[in-house]
Amino acid sequence: MSTSKLDLDLKKVESARNMAGEIAGQVQRFVENYTTVAVERTLCRLTGIDGTDSDGIPLPNLVVDALKEKGMLGDGALHFLGNVLCRKGMTPDQTARAISGGTFVSWDLPVSPHRDIEEALKPVIDKSIARIREKRLEREHNLKRLGEGPRPYLYVIVATGNIYEDAVQAQAAARQGADIIAVIRTTGQSLLDFVPFGATTEGFGGTFATQENFRIMRKALDQVGEETGRYIRLCNYCSGLCMPEIAVMGAFEGLDVMLNDALYGILFRDINMQRTLVDQYFSRIINGFAGVIINTGEDNYLTTADAFEEAHTVLASDFINEQLALIAGLPPEQMGLGHAFEMDPGLENAFLYELAQAQMTREIFPEAPLKYMPPTKFMTGNIFRGHIQDALFNLAGIWTGQGIQLLGMPTEAIHTPFMSDRYLSIENARYIFTSFRSIGEEVEFKKNGIIRKRAARVLEDACRLLEKLREEGLFTALEKGYFANIRRSRDGGKGLEGVTRKSSLYMNPYIELLKGNK
Amino acid sequence: MGGGLYSTELQDFDKTLDLTQVKPYGDTMNDGKVQLSFTLPVPFGPEAVEAAKQLLRSMGMENPQVVFSRELTPGFTFFNCYGNLQHTVNYAGIHVPKVESTVMDMHGIDRYITEHIGRKLVLVGASTGTDAHTVGIDAIMNMKGYAGHYGLERYEMIEAYNLGSQVTNEEMIAKALEIKADAILISQTVTQKDIHIKNLSEFIEMAQAEGIRDRMILVCGGPRISHELAREIGFDAGFGTNTYAEDVASFVAQEFEKRKMNQ
Repeated sequence: MSTSKLDLDLKKVESARNMAGEIAGQVQRFVENYTTVAVERTLCRLTGIDGTDSDGIPLPNLVVDALKEKGMLGDGALHFLGNVLCRKGMTPDQTARAISGGTFVSWDLPVSPHRDIEEALKPVIDKSIARIREKRLEREHNLKRLGEGPRPYLYVIVATGNIYEDAVQAQAAARQGADIIAVIRTTGQSLLDFVPFGATTEGFGGTFATQENFRIMRKALDQVGEETGRYIRLCNYCSGLCMPEIAVMGAFEGLDVMLNDALYGILFRDINMQRTLVDQYFSRIINGFAGVIINTGEDNYLTTADAFEEAHTVLASDFINEQLALIAGLPPEQMGLGHAFEMDPGLENAFLYELAQAQMTREIFPEAPLKYMPPTKFMTGNIFRGHIQDALFNLAGIWTGQGIQLLGMPTEAIHTPFMSDRYLSIENARYIFTSFRSIGEEVEFKKNGIIRKRAARVLEDACRLLEKLREEGLFTALEKGYFANIRRSRDGGKGLEGVTRKSSLYMNPYIELLKGNK
Repeated sequence: MGGGLYSTELQDFDKTLDLTQVKPYGDTMNDGKVQLSFTLPVPFGPEAVEAAKQLLRSMGMENPQVVFSRELTPGFTFFNCYGNLQHTVNYAGIHVPKVESTVMDMHGIDRYITEHIGRKLVLVGASTGTDAHTVGIDAIMNMKGYAGHYGLERYEMIEAYNLGSQVTNEEMIAKALEIKADAILISQTVTQKDIHIKNLSEFIEMAQAEGIRDRMILVCGGPRISHELAREIGFDAGFGTNTYAEDVASFVAQEFEKRKMNQ
């Protein structure tokens, strides 16, 4: 930061960070008192409960739904499973199968002391943590052994709906130079309150996120990584109603990057804010421990709001997301905070403003990998102009040292990418990254020029917004439509019925064990 | 130098435009020039290029040229091609159903509603089904609008309700009844496996069952929606790409007046 090319006012940055810390703290005071069906299903999965009953209902759902029905959800799944283990000697898996088979009768067991339950669960808990740690070490080992592409990482999506076809597309992209493969989820999965099971071959505009699909894609990428001599990262979506569950599935299967942003779900998927902020906390604890880079979704604000006028909302939200991540123990080097190149290409000097904002975001979050989104709003179907818009976006990305470059496709707004679209996009990015590799070190920005002034202005506006948010709180801000011009009510949206206040018996030792650890 | 230096083709075709027999245009009338790119699931090599050329010929192109080819991944080759299309089209005989209304600007529409209808029109819109994209409905409805075209929320004589995305058809109809909507606007962005057609058809069936089919003006829109498709499914109008709030509002206001829905 001492070498700011924009001459940013560091005091303002610090004050913005402090305000965001207060806003996140207010949210956290709420979050700590609550749990959700998704958090409890996650704990079931951590104890080894997996699979489905004969109707295809996932066992974690069966267990948690049963607890909810008995009014025991507030005690938490671990308290229940641990107590059954203490009293009856049944493992969590055995308990789940008994519930699923209708043979479970021990609902009213006397409650064992907290310490005994923790003691009984310890081997189960240790085993799950070891499993996640092992995957993390495997990644670190492979990164060291194979190496990786230079930053910005080239991030492309696959979205055929069929995981086996996705694997073919992903391997092709990796051979062409992609560093991160994101498997887009099928439309509507974010609103499912369960995670489908097994390999899937049908989806709309994307492929179901399932643990088996994660495994299939991980294997395909490991294979092509050996072939190309680069570690290829796998990205999926830890968002929607199953945030923490998908986090744990990803942690078990060696995913590297996860979209993980409650604000995005609230605004763009109409998920209830209380539900998803509680879910997000535990999911980020898991992602932090698993060494997963999270991506946040601020860039999307500019798909509905104007990219020039509302740029400060993206920055303010990045500040808040940074603080919410820190509270969950997720370190800055795993924060792929989102921002975007979404200005109207007809706007005079639009590229200068984009450059200013990208550089500003880079300097304000120096350790974060930053997720930089390509133009989508003004992609019109004119693939030829679109390819040039993406080229300018790539130029801004290399110039300002972004961490993760989500490659734009010339056919954005037409179809999910063809194999050839991905090839053209990767070729575009590689050409520009090679050609402009050191431009950031060579070129300075004029004092009092358009670029410096733009950055100062956005920072100033973000500070004003953060002041307002600190006064009113994040929940109220979302109700008033401060982000993306979308209003969401505190008790509206999907999933509120899955939120419960924790009882005095509640336990979740994972929070202590995972948060901020490796 | 014209094309003489580079062109190796004979140019002995008729160079006058005949609207009953139109051909693609490169730089000379009736040259039939077409550019095309595609991928074949075959390995790179002379056989791949020949395969691409044969495909172009079977598409009706003479002088097929593969100007660029490259293997994307083992077993898949990408081609950029040119050719001279031999097919023609009778442009003069084409009739495309279009939304039959005069497009006015925002103020014109507000004035029209004031003068002809005398009260605010109530419009409810959403992206329905599993479609999570709000970009289409927001472009039409949000105050700011899109690309300089203000959205319906800014119209003085329109009361606009934007329900957002992933709204079920049931919710949509219930809301329309609750607020006594004059028109329903449905946006569909995701079209994989024709999910939009299925969803829109379901909506029309439900609208009929609820008896609102003829009481409200039903409009749909999206990048893959044409007026013709919309009419086929049972909507009153469909709006595709490059249409804005004023196209939709002009239609609704005039259709309302035409049907004398005020009485």
